Amino acid sequence: MRHTRFRRRRIEEYIFKILMYLSFLLVASSLGFILLTVLVKGLPAMNWAMVTQSPKGGYYLGKEGGILNAIIGSLYLAGGGTLLAFIFSLPLALFLEVYARRSRMANIIRLSLDVLWGIPSIVYGAFGFIIMLSLNMRSSLLGGIIVLALLELPIMTRAMDEVIRLTPPDLEAASLALGATRLETAIHVVVRQVLPGIATAILLAFGRGIGDAASVMFTAGYTDRIPTSLLRPAASLPLAVFFQLNTPFPEVQRRAYAAALILTLIVLAISLGSRWLSGRLSKYAVK
Amino acid sequence: MSESSLSFRRSKDRLARRFFWFLAALPIVLVTAILVLLFLRAWPILHTKPLAELFGGRVWLPNKGQFGFLPFIVGTVWVTIVAMVIAVPPCILTAIFLAEYAGPRLQTMMKPLLDLLAAIPSVVYGVWGMLMIVPLVQSIGPRISNVLGVLPIFKSHNPTGFSVLAGGIVLAVMIAPFIIAVTYEVLRTVPSGYREASLAVGATKWETVRYAVLPQTLSGIVAGSVLGASRALGETMAVLMVVGNVPKVSLSIFDPAYPLPALIANNYGEMMSIPLYDAALMTAALILLVIVVLFNISSTIFLRSILGKARL
Repeated sequence: MRHTRFRRRRIEEYIFKILMYLSFLLVASSLGFILLTVLVKGLPAMNWAMVTQSPKGGYYLGKEGGILNAIIGSLYLAGGGTLLAFIFSLPLALFLEVYARRSRMANIIRLSLDVLWGIPSIVYGAFGFIIMLSLNMRSSLLGGIIVLALLELPIMTRAMDEVIRLTPPDLEAASLALGATRLETAIHVVVRQVLPGIATAILLAFGRGIGDAASVMFTAGYTDRIPTSLLRPAASLPLAVFFQLNTPFPEVQRRAYAAALILTLIVLAISLGSRWLSGRLSKYAVK
Repeated sequence: MSESSLSFRRSKDRLARRFFWFLAALPIVLVTAILVLLFLRAWPILHTKPLAELFGGRVWLPNKGQFGFLPFIVGTVWVTIVAMVIAVPPCILTAIFLAEYAGPRLQTMMKPLLDLLAAIPSVVYGVWGMLMIVPLVQSIGPRISNVLGVLPIFKSHNPTGFSVLAGGIVLAVMIAPFIIAVTYEVLRTVPSGYREASLAVGATKWETVRYAVLPQTLSGIVAGSVLGASRALGETMAVLMVVGNVPKVSLSIFDPAYPLPALIANNYGEMMSIPLYDAALMTAALILLVIVVLFNISSTIFLRSILGKARL
């Protein structure tokens, strides 16, 4: 009797172990499936024209051209958005950790950042659209950059906040004890110490920005030209995927797969690059 | 060197402090501004139409001034529920596997993997969904409907595969990295003494997890899942591409649906040409925002109280 009970417990252990393995495999393999699908479908449609030319006449009917406009547009949008977000993020994160720390105020700010992080990008898009309407602005590169900056701000700030929190308190105390002001401590000691974390946060936000479609759809518009001014509309890769997939022509749809492949490669490169970079930069940090 | 004199450095510090406080207000101002502006833009329709008609109405004919949000609200909720049912059990098991069973090598390998999964743009998820999940649902839909069609949930009227189920599967994969990461973090907060004590009295490893670890972390896992749900609610492009976008209330997971984010994304272009249409779409954004923010605040505050204690 005791023997059978023991066996039942062993079987239960065994079953759940198998279930866990399967779940783990399911999660890991879904990443593989996604990457494989994009690769298998996108690779045959890839050619030099895709990445070196803008759409020519009749491109959306299957004629010649490429999506250089979307690639450049996306880099402008995400680059501009990331830069703008960074200008606010770094001081904000430093403020949270060096000045406000765990005060009530700091926690309220962190909560509102978390709320901002959770707001769907389509809502940011709608919000940006309202503001642009009331300012009588047309959809433009600038509008897209501003909305992406709003979207990226909480991501970047919270990521920086988390790494700055991990600086050894002794380091700050030592700097203050030597007579440095808080500002000097923040800029010369804390920033240098968390440089790898800052780089990772920037790349994380950039990756989020370049992949987002719902927010730029309203605000940046879409165009076949490479934007030459902040006030012109700008194309973007996610929208290039989306619009081309919605056409009834198989050739154009295949180009959507190629665009998806390019977008995925950029995002993967950023994700892996940030790992490599944070490893490189961390040699300047005090362990 | 007067530039580095103490009083100059001090005043620089004071100036910076003032600037920082000004900056600190930014996130709070932003949250408020988004809420207020959306509300103001939604107001024309909120005060002309009775709320019961707006939120209980099933007819969506903007040309005739009929704005019933029920199909969209049901679609949003339904797709999210399906995604949660699919995502939560394997995610929790995966997190348990990583936190309790896996060796350090697998644990360090999993982090980049989850990061990659979270980094993939939603349009790419949408492409994957259209190429793989929609055909899959299309082929299994009728078979399941034949067997389990007596239940309205599994009754299929839709030959295409663009359906609630397809949206739910794609969403499930998208929110998996969040749920796994949070659950993993929460599991790690349990002191190892609990596990050792349980193992010492002869419990198996699974029994240790089930009786010593999980009961303490249940609330955290629920909060993590709620966070995942709030992500799912607002996801736009990926869902839009696979869910069919038909504004009808249906309980079947094989039928198409039309979630709120898809409604906004598909119609913003023509919203200025029809009276009240823009207010209706902003109402959709407002509903979405309010739901997501409520989900978000509750789970964040809760998680912070759990994780914060362990971290400090």
